[in-house]
Amino acid sequence: MPEGVPLLKMENIGKEYFGNRVLADVSFSLMPGEILGLVGENGAGKSTLMNILFGMSVIEETGGYEGRIIIDGEEKSFKDPFDALEAGIGMVHQEFSLIPGFTATENILLNRESMKYNPLVEVFGDRFKTLDRTDMNRRAVKAIDTLGVSLAPDTLISEMPVGHKQFTEIAREIDRKKTKLLVLDEPTAVLAESEAQVLIEALKKLACQGISIIFISHRLQEIIDLCDKLVVLRDGRVIQEAKTGETNVRQIASWMVGRQISGAADAAQEKERKFGEVILRTQNLWVDMPGETVRDVSIEVRQGEIFGLGGLAGQGKVGISNGIMGLYVSGGKVFVRGKEIKLNDPSSSLMEGMAFVSEDRRGVGLLLEEGIDWNITFTAMQVQEKFISHLLGGLIKWRDDKAVTKCTEDYIKALEIRCTGPKQRAVELSGGNQQKVCLAKAFAVAPEILFVSEPTRGIDVGAKKLVLDTLRRVNEETGTTIIMTSSELEELRSICDRVAIINEGRVSGILPAKSPAEEFGLLMLGHVVERSPDEILAERCR
Amino acid sequence: MIRMKEKLQAFIENAGWPRIIIGLFLLSLFIAAPMVGVRLDASLSDTLVRVGMNGVLVLAMVPMIQSGCGLNFGLPLGIIAGLLGAVTSIQIGIQGSIGFLIAMVIAVPLAVVFGWMYGQLLNRVKGDEMMIATYVGFSSVALMCMAWLLLPYTSPTMIWGYGGSGLRTTISVEGFWFSALSKHLNIRIGEFFYLPIGMYIFFALMIFLVWGFFRTKTGTAVTAVGSNPEFARASGINVDKMRTISVILSTVLGAIGILVYEQSFGFVQLYMGPFYMAFPAVAAILLGGASVNKASMVNVVVGTFLFQGILTMTPSVINSVMQTDMSEVIRIIVSNGMILYALTRKVMVKR
Repeated sequence: MPEGVPLLKMENIGKEYFGNRVLADVSFSLMPGEILGLVGENGAGKSTLMNILFGMSVIEETGGYEGRIIIDGEEKSFKDPFDALEAGIGMVHQEFSLIPGFTATENILLNRESMKYNPLVEVFGDRFKTLDRTDMNRRAVKAIDTLGVSLAPDTLISEMPVGHKQFTEIAREIDRKKTKLLVLDEPTAVLAESEAQVLIEALKKLACQGISIIFISHRLQEIIDLCDKLVVLRDGRVIQEAKTGETNVRQIASWMVGRQISGAADAAQEKERKFGEVILRTQNLWVDMPGETVRDVSIEVRQGEIFGLGGLAGQGKVGISNGIMGLYVSGGKVFVRGKEIKLNDPSSSLMEGMAFVSEDRRGVGLLLEEGIDWNITFTAMQVQEKFISHLLGGLIKWRDDKAVTKCTEDYIKALEIRCTGPKQRAVELSGGNQQKVCLAKAFAVAPEILFVSEPTRGIDVGAKKLVLDTLRRVNEETGTTIIMTSSELEELRSICDRVAIINEGRVSGILPAKSPAEEFGLLMLGHVVERSPDEILAERCR
Repeated sequence: MIRMKEKLQAFIENAGWPRIIIGLFLLSLFIAAPMVGVRLDASLSDTLVRVGMNGVLVLAMVPMIQSGCGLNFGLPLGIIAGLLGAVTSIQIGIQGSIGFLIAMVIAVPLAVVFGWMYGQLLNRVKGDEMMIATYVGFSSVALMCMAWLLLPYTSPTMIWGYGGSGLRTTISVEGFWFSALSKHLNIRIGEFFYLPIGMYIFFALMIFLVWGFFRTKTGTAVTAVGSNPEFARASGINVDKMRTISVILSTVLGAIGILVYEQSFGFVQLYMGPFYMAFPAVAAILLGGASVNKASMVNVVVGTFLFQGILTMTPSVINSVMQTDMSEVIRIIVSNGMILYALTRKVMVKR
């Protein structure tokens, strides 16, 4: 490791969102010209950490952060991204921030254009300077050349392939003279393998020029190829800091997903679990859900089982339950108790005794403007005609508000929903309590098969435990088959009997929950080829 | 003292500032009326009669608001169904309450058909309902301007005298079913105060039916669709069907509403008559505290009273005070200002 003052030093960084801890005690340092890989599952805190570093306003708005950021030996606290840019930090976000109708040159030099003098400036000031197109072009070409890619500077962004858009963003950060540290948040996620390779080469060149890089990626091989060292985050903590030369993909994967099985899972698995017949079977299921496309999934779930669906974000695990419940266009075959069900029709799925707790709590899961009572009872009322009294010989189906209130009060008590009463509007509840309302809604239908999608996303630890315990209890007491989708592997392993890992819309493997975490990790990352550290070292800074 | 303050705050929060301000303004008009020589009993009576006349038209806003179709700017469509019922009933020529009933029996099925078509259209333009509804209203009025001339009605009370064909712009219902509802059980105190209880009973019945509808399984589903269509769909609800039901209901209420209006007013107004009918009704329900996606029966009653109160009182009182005709200006400011206010306001979140 080179001696001297580290370019960036983060000390004991911590962050809470509304009492929900997302980062705790994160420390690392970065030397000039060093490349740091930051890895971790979705929600491990990578993006929050980078938002803190970049002074994004969301951090300030939600109560700031703990710890110290030291740049070049000087403590800094950025109020907004402009401060961060001033201090030489460049960031390339996951989402493109480019103007589609402008050319690459214009985007690269936006607000830093080269100017030409003309007499009007004397009257109207600097705002009347004209653009020096030739010089702008020269600067853009220079920035692009530094990256070592072939990219025509006068192409419109809207006409570029995604890879070129990514390069344009990086070129913009390079053109900034001051840039000393470049943060790249999953830059290769949208790139094809060959493009990713070009990018990695370009980043290596930059590093050799003394620019430090923080590189976030799910593709562990890239981390090993590119980075000098890596930091693994899990649940907001630094789990491991290591030199990339001394580790391998398998080891990183196991750090990422964690090794210990929590005590609760042991308890659940000690008891001999008995399952019935196959209750749900899918055959070549595909679901066209934006961002979570399911391509070809065939699984079998047995009565009484808790079945987990895991995998990285965007790989399609979320699409499966949405497709079976008829919320997104789907195809293939789904059998419940051996009988094929009609797809693309939510009511027929509900009629078959299936219920769904959506991952999109506020969008699909709740009637935000209505009371808790309606939220809990509505589905049962509409699908099964519970809470309905028939007037005039069944001609009028009158809503039985007393029964609705009674049922709501029971669930408020059973699930410890913190609220002012059954009439409180759902929008006024906290995330955890909203999730409990969603669960109560599903329980009210007394389903045989319960789909639960991301049940613990965005809720605090206490509520998390209560939600998981409730699911486990319902499964034990009523024999409800539960199919749970979650991004948190640890959670799946603690509650499920078997876990299927979905990768690129397909099942990449189904393992018993007891299997070692690294096997899950490898399935999640798809097929990875390992390269020896020597090869990688030899490639660097050639 | 502190408790009083809390109570007052709670009341203001419940009622909302706009209602309190308008209410106080209306109260001040009533207080000022005798001072400038306007008779209080006559004004009050005027206001109450107008509330009864317009109430059902305002009620016609509720189903569509509840289902998330927004404000029913397409109210003229329902009104046209009502007008067709009215002129057909006059053509048939049966007098009294039976004639009024016939007008309704003809108008309601027409409104159902119009409403169904209108609903199909609105289901195709989700998110832009109010804009499209406005133009549905306008264009249906324009279309009917031709139809009124061409339809083969022959009753001499209705057609143009000089050409011998085509309906007149204003047709009197005197001698047919004028006051068909209002004449029942009316109360008359002194020379100027008159309260048509019969019309109020009918209005109450309509309110009860709509209230009842929203207490049924279907009504609950319609409300849920308005609150969050994705939620409703995930609960197995046919969202488009529920929206269509609400649009049909709104259109039918519009048809009935105009008949109630006409039997009290005494005239059927064709051609451009329905053109601006939607705006007072929209303004009234918003004034009553409804938002673009939530409305209650209380909103209807309070809103109609406040709006019609302002409408009745401002001309007489302000004109007497200022010696100029400001009434129309104030009426426009109030009604359009209320629409503007309601469309831009956000629902407050309490924690």
